[in-house]
Amino acid sequence: MTDQDRKVLLKGFRDGIPIAMCYFAVSFSMGIVARKAGLVPATGFLSSLLTRASAGEFGAYTLFADKASYLAVVIMCVVVNLRYLLMSATITQKLPLETGVFTKILVGCCMTDEVYGITIAYPGYLNPKYTYGAMTVAGIMWAAGTASGIAAGNSLPDNVVSALGVALYGMFISIVVQAARKHWKLTVAVIVACLLSWACSVCPGIRDIDSGTRTMVLTVAVSLTFAWILPASVETDDSKVTGEHD
Amino acid sequence: MTEKNIFIYIAVTALTTNLVRVLPLLVLKKRITNRFVRSFFHYIPYITLSVMTFPAIMETTSPAVGLATLAIGVACAWKGMGMLAVSLICCVCVFLSQLL
Repeated sequence: MTDQDRKVLLKGFRDGIPIAMCYFAVSFSMGIVARKAGLVPATGFLSSLLTRASAGEFGAYTLFADKASYLAVVIMCVVVNLRYLLMSATITQKLPLETGVFTKILVGCCMTDEVYGITIAYPGYLNPKYTYGAMTVAGIMWAAGTASGIAAGNSLPDNVVSALGVALYGMFISIVVQAARKHWKLTVAVIVACLLSWACSVCPGIRDIDSGTRTMVLTVAVSLTFAWILPASVETDDSKVTGEHD
Repeated sequence: MTEKNIFIYIAVTALTTNLVRVLPLLVLKKRITNRFVRSFFHYIPYITLSVMTFPAIMETTSPAVGLATLAIGVACAWKGMGMLAVSLICCVCVFLSQLL
């Protein structure tokens, strides 16, 4: 590993810390559900380490508890995680063309909402070490949170849980704002998306649709609309990408 | 439920989820040059994160605390603070609001 790689890996570790904090809080509460599904701390740790998906695992543990068929688990995992298809598709554009299959598989497996968020924010082409660094910290804490939740059987004090839970949003805000202040079109799109998202959460009928599906439909609809009416100046982005890489 | 079942369940969940993540990386091999598609991909990540944050952040405690936390977080990020700093500040805001 070169010095540069080591630096990038460390930066990944550091940026992974806020993610790890949120993961611990979220997966701790998920441990309570996992416990009902018959998982013990060791199997919970293993399961969370291998899967790393909040909504997906939550749905899966509910199905385990109902003794559902394996096919039902497969269908649920595909539907709930469909947004990862979009995320990975955009990541293909962040990787140099000569990237090997093994690296692609590893990077793909690191795609959780949050690690994806910081990966896409990485300047220029991605050095996969950054994503690995973040995923290592975040993944271990995600698994540790589930195991602790199962072991404890009840949650942390309420004020600690809500304080930790908001760390996730703080991270999202940071990623979005840092990009938005450089691209005014993105700022407009973000504001419109937030207003629509709020409207969908109060509109009768629409608000009953699960939040994963709402997020996906809104993301596609808003992104398509803005790509059409306000195409981002991606040409300059691309020259920056190549410039940095060369 | 037997232990064997649980392990198959875990394997099915992990394999399916990771397959969804890896598939586009293995299938999409070309650089996308179409301006519309590139713009679409450019918007996706930020729009997803925005939609996941708002209005969900208002449900963590009360809408007022959520909005205040959001405003403080946006202001700090706009001033150029890093991710960890913004996250911690948001946590502190929510924690302090519960002591009031």
